[in-house]
Amino acid sequence: MPAAPIPRPVPARSLSDLWVALPAGVAVGYAVLPVAGLLLFALSSARVQPALRLPAAHDAVLLTAVTSTLVAGIAALVGTPLAYLLGRSEFRGRRLVEVVVEFPLVLPPVVAGVALLMTFGRRGLLGPALAAAGIEVPFTTAAVVLAQLFVAGPFYIASARVGFAAVPRELTEAASIDGASSWQQFRHVALPLATPALAGGAVLCWARAASEFGATLLFAGNLPGRTQTLSLAIMTALEADLDAAVALSVLLLALSAGALAGLRLLAASRTTLLW
Amino acid sequence: MGGALAAGLVVAGALAAAVAAPVRGDVLVFAAASLSDAFGEAGRVLERQHPGLRVALHFAASSTLRTQILQGARADVFASADERNMRLVHEAGLLRTAPLTFARNELVVAVPASHPTGISSVRDLARPGLKLVVAAPEAPIGAYTRQVLAALSRDPAYGPDFARRVLANVVSQEPNVRATLARVALGEADAAFVYRSDLVSAYGSRVRTIEIPRWANVTARYSIAVLRTASHPVAARRFIDVVLSEAGQAILARFGFLPARD
Repeated sequence: MPAAPIPRPVPARSLSDLWVALPAGVAVGYAVLPVAGLLLFALSSARVQPALRLPAAHDAVLLTAVTSTLVAGIAALVGTPLAYLLGRSEFRGRRLVEVVVEFPLVLPPVVAGVALLMTFGRRGLLGPALAAAGIEVPFTTAAVVLAQLFVAGPFYIASARVGFAAVPRELTEAASIDGASSWQQFRHVALPLATPALAGGAVLCWARAASEFGATLLFAGNLPGRTQTLSLAIMTALEADLDAAVALSVLLLALSAGALAGLRLLAASRTTLLW
Repeated sequence: MGGALAAGLVVAGALAAAVAAPVRGDVLVFAAASLSDAFGEAGRVLERQHPGLRVALHFAASSTLRTQILQGARADVFASADERNMRLVHEAGLLRTAPLTFARNELVVAVPASHPTGISSVRDLARPGLKLVVAAPEAPIGAYTRQVLAALSRDPAYGPDFARRVLANVVSQEPNVRATLARVALGEADAAFVYRSDLVSAYGSRVRTIEIPRWANVTARYSIAVLRTASHPVAARRFIDVVLSEAGQAILARFGFLPARD
């Protein structure tokens, strides 16, 4: 049987096509311009650099890095089996579970914050039970992690689910015929092939957690060193000192850019990117 | 007597003319968060007087509003909960009219109405383990809060470390006074420093008031002015007229503000 012809990639559109070049240029410009504005202001103001060394900036960077990394870790730990289930199996109500799990993607973060308060707050659904156990969640670093996890976790699950779904079914079936257990099929077939999607999802989740604002402010409050992440520090600084706010914005920008660069490097190191 | 009558008629006529002169357009008012309820009503009064006019209100901490104005936000009226933020806007050359004081306010401590906190006086706020919320020091209410605590600390009965012990109980620094009050009204926090006028808001019924000793309290002076960037300066002046009018002052009094002058 002759091998199926490999489809040739469609040649890239020439930039001389005005209907492509013009909107594309606008889109690129709109993405670049605000970032350029921020960086130019930061470079031109002599007071931005000293603000980077403020202890509040240091605390906020540390807190943001620690909580976002925790969130990405928890999402990977808890979300991977769920994503595997959703991406690889058919069961009644699968679509419903999918929608429920990924619903926070379209939920305004402020609403998420109110919902978390109404659930874990003193007067919330679980408030009395938590209080009886001596646990108070709001205004703690744990509340920051919970808020970020609720908002950013679905980014990981969605990406991982698509990654697992793209693993060819014949491969796991062949492994199954060869006697591989369900764990072995997951560990040695699906997981390696879906790794780029999982890693991409983890980076997206991390970046979304790092930039989370609304849910954190409502649920965790705003206290330097305990619940004040970079986004909250930017809001607080903006009230009094534009230079400090710009300095903190540049820091958060650098963190996010680092995450994106990491994602790109990861993608480049793989021949197939499945998502 | 005839003169008084004539004068009365002239005043009435002038008032009628002022009301009748059609003023159109949208007035964008940047106002301190504590004015949320009172200015909503003042705006409706103005809209009834001038059917072609619409009042849009934007509420935030006065410091936030000042930053927005200095960064080029185009508004018609600025109403600040302190004199400092108004002065900063004035110094930037962004005022069209001289600022006028239109109300005063003072601070109280709000505690949840339903939740026993064991707080019966300001002194109790230093007790370890309490959950206290304050506004960030950048917002006027946040600055006033720290002034009150500093004043109390100067009294030997409270002790020089009173402010430090109270601030150690702070679990969150909120962006403005209404967000601060909401924490207590929702029962998440045990106490918060707010304006007396905030107790008349929708959250007021959910909190109890602890008075601050008169000698340690501060007086917040609210000032209002037309901004240089105003696109409807005439309508903006009409809004300020309403705020300063007897009706406007009555609205402010009903929402718990003190009159501009004793």
